[in-house]
Amino acid sequence: MKQDLTPYVKRIALDEGMPSLVGNTPLLPLVTLSNNGTSNVQVFAKAEWFNPSGSVKDRPAWGIIQNALHEGRILPGMHLLDSTSGNMGIAYATFGSALGIPITLALPSNASPERIKILQALGAELVLTDPLEGSDGAIQVAQQMAEDHPEKYYYANQYDNPENWRSHYKSTGPELLEQTAGKITHFVAGMGTTGTLTGVSCYFAEHKTDVEIIGVQPDSPFNGLEGLKHIATSLQPGIYDPSAADRIIPVKTEDAYDMVRCLAREEGYFIGISSGAAAVAARQVANELEEGVVVTVFPDAGFKYLSDDELWKTT
Amino acid sequence: MPILKIPTPLRPYADGQGSITAPGKNVSEVLEFTLEQYPHLKKHLLSDDQQLRPFVNVFLGEENIKELQGIETPLKEDDILLIIPSIAGG
Repeated sequence: MKQDLTPYVKRIALDEGMPSLVGNTPLLPLVTLSNNGTSNVQVFAKAEWFNPSGSVKDRPAWGIIQNALHEGRILPGMHLLDSTSGNMGIAYATFGSALGIPITLALPSNASPERIKILQALGAELVLTDPLEGSDGAIQVAQQMAEDHPEKYYYANQYDNPENWRSHYKSTGPELLEQTAGKITHFVAGMGTTGTLTGVSCYFAEHKTDVEIIGVQPDSPFNGLEGLKHIATSLQPGIYDPSAADRIIPVKTEDAYDMVRCLAREEGYFIGISSGAAAVAARQVANELEEGVVVTVFPDAGFKYLSDDELWKTT
Repeated sequence: MPILKIPTPLRPYADGQGSITAPGKNVSEVLEFTLEQYPHLKKHLLSDDQQLRPFVNVFLGEENIKELQGIETPLKEDDILLIIPSIAGG
């Protein structure tokens, strides 16, 4: 059934166009992390770069936009405004372009050149913020812009918007259960806005209560794990539920870098940095088990990190 | 003297300082002075072999010192160095 999202519905058939391609991403077997297939432990990852804009962020971005349109919160001429480290902005810009919604993004100026160029290619308006203040500085800039010009901006606020975690409750959780034929025993997810972790945790709390939920965080406030948050020392996302994870595994940046290179060169998986961190934690969980099915999420592929020479350096 | 700007996540390890005025003719000397003054910064910036960790980016103005002469990059009296953090969140 077509949804009535006037005035934007004229631009795109929502149940046939690009948004209909969000989710249902492949589940990849990770042989290296499964003890090379010699044990009763299997490890898999959701390949989220198969989403239309190339990352897991298509799920919350589309959920947030769809909800805002249904509630009439984005009026003609208004811009969708948010802060981003890149991927959420690219997702907003992709759907915004398709729907005719102008997108304005607060983004630290040290975002990778690939991300900035993609956002510019998609026509997003960028407000580059102080790199020394990181993502939290971009959040504060977006908040101020929204307060100063409420008539101009719909502030999507991915960190506090419940549609973020609900999108994973509605899509990622059911997909994990179906793709593992209900055999998933452990779910490992990186923590940025914490939407993936919270949404999937809520879904399993209702549909498969014996799945252990494990969060992944940088091991220190100053780190190179783009997209992940050291929650204790950052602005805490409003959607963060400390009870969503049964435990949290801290990951060192260098270990994630090693994993990115390892999976590229030994399994042909060309993944991004936060995916590498998720894989490090998934390996740790797998090594603790005698049997089980461990599933993690790879938020994006490696294309947006090619300018980071240190990441790809052969050691 | 050159000034080293400290990003928010590292300030707790530098007594809350956002910038440190440090004597030094090159990046290496500025970092050495800074780490002597604030030794808790060391494990965040340096690896076990005392090299800058791979994700630590130090900028002289708009340029990453990796594109210049690395830690041997010479500095003028009024130069400003920035340690740039990675980008967290979504």
